[in-house]
Amino acid sequence: MSASVLYDAPGPKAVVRNRIYAVVGTLVIAALIGVSVLRLADKGHLAPEMWDIFNYAGIRQNIADALVATLKAFGLAAIGSLVLGVVLAVGRLSDHKPVRWAATTFIELFRSLPLLITIYAIWVGFLTDHSMWALAAGLSVYNGCVQAEVLRAGVNAVPRGQSEAAYALGMSKTQVMVTVLMPQAIRSMLPTIISQLVVTLKDTSLGFIILYPELLQTARLIASNTQVNGQYPYVSTIAVIGTIYIVLCLLLSSLATWIEKRGRRAKTGIAVAPAVQAPGTIDATAGTFGTNADGAGGAGGAGAATDGAGGAGVAKD
Amino acid sequence: MNVLLDNFPEFRDGFIGTVSITAVSSVIALVLGVVIAGFRVSPVPPLRYFGTAWVTLMRNTPLTLLFLIFFFVVPEILFPGMSPFVLGSLALGFYTSSFVCEAVRSGINTVPLGQAEAARSIGMTFAQTLRIVVFPQATRTVIPPMSSIFIALTKNSAIAGAFSNTELFGWQKLMSDQGYAIIPVFIWVALGYLVVTFTISGLFRLLERRMEVAR
Repeated sequence: MSASVLYDAPGPKAVVRNRIYAVVGTLVIAALIGVSVLRLADKGHLAPEMWDIFNYAGIRQNIADALVATLKAFGLAAIGSLVLGVVLAVGRLSDHKPVRWAATTFIELFRSLPLLITIYAIWVGFLTDHSMWALAAGLSVYNGCVQAEVLRAGVNAVPRGQSEAAYALGMSKTQVMVTVLMPQAIRSMLPTIISQLVVTLKDTSLGFIILYPELLQTARLIASNTQVNGQYPYVSTIAVIGTIYIVLCLLLSSLATWIEKRGRRAKTGIAVAPAVQAPGTIDATAGTFGTNADGAGGAGGAGAATDGAGGAGVAKD
Repeated sequence: MNVLLDNFPEFRDGFIGTVSITAVSSVIALVLGVVIAGFRVSPVPPLRYFGTAWVTLMRNTPLTLLFLIFFFVVPEILFPGMSPFVLGSLALGFYTSSFVCEAVRSGINTVPLGQAEAARSIGMTFAQTLRIVVFPQATRTVIPPMSSIFIALTKNSAIAGAFSNTELFGWQKLMSDQGYAIIPVFIWVALGYLVVTFTISGLFRLLERRMEVAR
């Protein structure tokens, strides 16, 4: 932290002070963790029997099945959302007003609604007996809208000269879109697209509300159906399932970061979007690329600055 | 229309529930997020590591799992019998705090280094640099991402409804359990959420316009 906006390089006094803060901070954090662990141990949540349940083949099988179920829903939702995203993005960029309006309305409506509401409505209204398809459909609709905005931002970030040159060569609009704009948009937006897939993966846990037997639902079932020493093993189950989720998500996010780093090296002139998980919406990034033509060229240099908040640019659409 | 008029008191309660859980957890997220951001930019390594670990864990955990932790593990650590509203707000606030932290941190990072150096070179103290030079600029940058964070928080509050909170999703569930057609119910719930999210984005747009400066 030698060059931070907030601090100079610390002098001898500051170094001593920082060391004191470090010790005190470590002690406080350790104390908080220690108290929590002690309290849990007091109530018997950390007893070996609580963790023994994972030695049973049945429970292991349950978790494996749940993992497969989660990945299945995620895979379907990923494909669905990407396909829908491309369709909606093309719709939003269409020259025909009705198409543009329809796509915009669809995106705005489903993007501003809680995903849980959409999933539940689809489940109750249309797919009561097929919770996996209801979950995948809900996830696809919501994330498709977000992906559409990401792709649109990507298309808008492609320098105008590219499409002008393509038209000048006599390409049709479809050809321009398919062979010139979309590939570049997808390439530059790949980190954001994958970050959104992390969100999709996390959101599969909403399947518990429609009784789809994914990881979280299984965790709840395991914890509430087995009783050890007169207690339900919530702590151990949540620890195991939580670890699985975190590992899955971290793997996906590190893929996004890796692609972003690779993209920074490439000299295409189109900035690669920062691999940042938006908390459900992608307004910030969309704004940066959508409204600010300079943002595309400038973002390469400002990469370090925007790292973190998905481009602090303004979302004015 | 009937669905709404016949069950208006429940709908109103649900709406108020959504608004209040959003408000309470926004405050938690804001306070906690700024503190964690402070940790992450501090010159003290252990605090920085703690901040990084916090953000990584919170961002890669599904919110639903966090709700599960807050409803079944946290009462064991603190004390049993906490209200679902408190637990739900805490879960939402903790989850959102990681996003707030990242927004604030990158907001601070967008302030050019030269600004702080210039401030120091004309003899400003640390507090003055922060108050007069860095914070005003960082705040302006942070407003747009903050707005989408709080809109996302409003939407995420629906999950609290699945954990025995009174709010709009709970109403949707109740109505479809009572056998009303799902489409009208969906439309009313959607309108309820749209009112809240549009209010938030409107407020932030106002804030943005009032703080706008040329740079």
